[in-house]
Amino acid sequence: MAENLIKPENLVYDKTKVLTDRVLHYCPGCGHSTTHRMLAEAIDELGIQGETIGIAPVGCSVLAYYYFDVDMTEAAHGRAPAVATGIKRVLPDKYVFTYQGDGDLAAIGTAETIHACNRGENFLIVFINNGIYGMTGGQMAPTTLENMKSTTSPRGRDVKTMGSPLKISELVASLPGTYYVARHSVHTPANARKTKRAFKKALEYQKEKKGTCLIEVVSNCPSNWKMTPIESNKWMEENMFPFYSLGDIKAPK
Amino acid sequence: MKELRLMKGNEALAEAAIRAGADAYFGYPITPQSEIIEYLMAQNTEERTGMAVLQAESEIAAINMVYGAAGCGKKAITSSSSPGISLKQEGLSYIAGAELPCVVVNITRGGPGLGTIQPSQSDYFQAVKGGGHGDYKLIVLAPATVQETVDYVKLAFDLAFKYRNPVMILSDGIIGQMMEKVELFEQIPRSDKEYDWATLGKKPGKDHVIITSLQLQPEEQEKVNLRLQEKYREVEKNEVRYEAYNTEDAEYMFVAYGSCGRITQKAMEMAREKGYKAGLIRPQTLYPFPVEIINKVAGQVKRILTVEMNTGQMVEDVRLAVGGKIPVDYYGRFGGMIPSPDEILNAFEQKGG
Amino acid sequence: MAKKGDVVIQTERCKGCEICLSACPQNVLAMSDKVNSKGYRYAVKVNSACTGCTNCAVVCPDGVITVYREK
Repeated sequence: MAENLIKPENLVYDKTKVLTDRVLHYCPGCGHSTTHRMLAEAIDELGIQGETIGIAPVGCSVLAYYYFDVDMTEAAHGRAPAVATGIKRVLPDKYVFTYQGDGDLAAIGTAETIHACNRGENFLIVFINNGIYGMTGGQMAPTTLENMKSTTSPRGRDVKTMGSPLKISELVASLPGTYYVARHSVHTPANARKTKRAFKKALEYQKEKKGTCLIEVVSNCPSNWKMTPIESNKWMEENMFPFYSLGDIKAPK
Repeated sequence: MKELRLMKGNEALAEAAIRAGADAYFGYPITPQSEIIEYLMAQNTEERTGMAVLQAESEIAAINMVYGAAGCGKKAITSSSSPGISLKQEGLSYIAGAELPCVVVNITRGGPGLGTIQPSQSDYFQAVKGGGHGDYKLIVLAPATVQETVDYVKLAFDLAFKYRNPVMILSDGIIGQMMEKVELFEQIPRSDKEYDWATLGKKPGKDHVIITSLQLQPEEQEKVNLRLQEKYREVEKNEVRYEAYNTEDAEYMFVAYGSCGRITQKAMEMAREKGYKAGLIRPQTLYPFPVEIINKVAGQVKRILTVEMNTGQMVEDVRLAVGGKIPVDYYGRFGGMIPSPDEILNAFEQKGG
Repeated sequence: MAKKGDVVIQTERCKGCEICLSACPQNVLAMSDKVNSKGYRYAVKVNSACTGCTNCAVVCPDGVITVYREK
């Protein structure tokens, strides 16, 4: 009988200890939450919780430092790669990651992102791309798709006046400083597991001081896309993935 | 070993940073202070002491690198000049809010805007009143000589760690660019002290360290503000530094700081030669400001003249210190112009001695 | 024959996003009729076909599902 199975020796999946017990503030179905757990599990499985320092951004994940049970610093908007550089230059043997959304990383922090990647700073950049500013209430992001509606592109993003969606991963992949750049998602079990594997690879490369690793997670924003979580994941598959295709963008041979 | 050298101000400052045991310098070139990063790079600090030196992509990145390194409990320093210091204000506000130690050097030039590359003291307000957003203060040291520049680098790190607060060395293009004899202090070894507030990796059995300046609850933010204010009161009580000349018999008092303080000292001596019983107070800390001594001499002298290389900024703090007891006048040159002792003396006499 | 599994759902932490439902290959999960104290309908187990594959738990944004599997 099923009840008999619930005992410690049969446990096959439980929340990782690298996440705290705080209830995540993210909206129902948000990819931030799953991405947090995949990154935390990667840190857990590599046994590097005590050697990892994270940097939280400004945006929906501004409070990421409450959830990752590792030492964390909260950066100013867009400045996480500079903060990470400062940490890594004085503590070169620690594992350092930044966790940033599309506004933080690809708009206000573009210079910091590009130059950290160009220097080949040995840290992991986790980039959540949901094509919208979530925390401030659904404004256009640098990654908002063409014709996609937001509160600041209410008739859809007009690329003639608002610019085109920015493929930051392809951009940084062209720099010699980056070692591993990949785009994933966390909306299905298989995709989430792939994302975790990518995080683990990136952290292992960091140990070997191979250069900057950037893992983009194409994600949903049910609240600001104004859909249910299930609808948002379907919309993401149909609209985001054709433009932001999943897979390795730059991977070591 | 202590040693005497003839050095340019900016290079002496850079040498002092190495000797103070700094762990990291992050900066971006701007006149008139680029010699600082050039000197550090030429010194190959990675080999000499293990100090990291990095040319950042911007002033904004540089101050945020300082924020990251400071959060690890390391001695981090950056330098710039006025327009670049404006760019650093965001980062300084975060560093002050997160209560981290660091040293920031401003080799001031004239403004506003791109201004001029000539020396100025026009960043006084920005330096002593906070500079960025929110209620915070920097501790501000104002050297008048290359020697003081060197000594203040060490002092700045000491104060930064004592109070976990950013410290600014507010200098200018005169002191940065001139050569003087300087006695260098002995190399202080880089520290491997692990502070419990620093992000070094979570220790077993301990809570993870969070460095942040975000408090979503207003009650919590008010507590942070109160704690900061308490710290600033301590700083005001303990850290006021100034030099006073001829205060015993003075009937007239000059107040001037930094390079302008030296020029004014000459003007004060010339006034003495002409029979005026003149004195000088040269603040060495601009925050905390030497309020007490200025208030005290205001009960003794007839008038005070502040001399500044700006359009009249410190004069406001002197007037606050004097509390209306006596007239406080201002004389200054600005836009990169440097007043001569003669014209200061002339201004002094024109304002009625 | 597939191994037997079981899940424990922290219903108070569930936000009712329903992503676990579509991830379960055995259709073990459904949404409750009741709501938790936050007002969310939560995931519940409706049959004993669970194989302990962990798919639901991996994809649950809020990490509210613990999975057991017979050894």
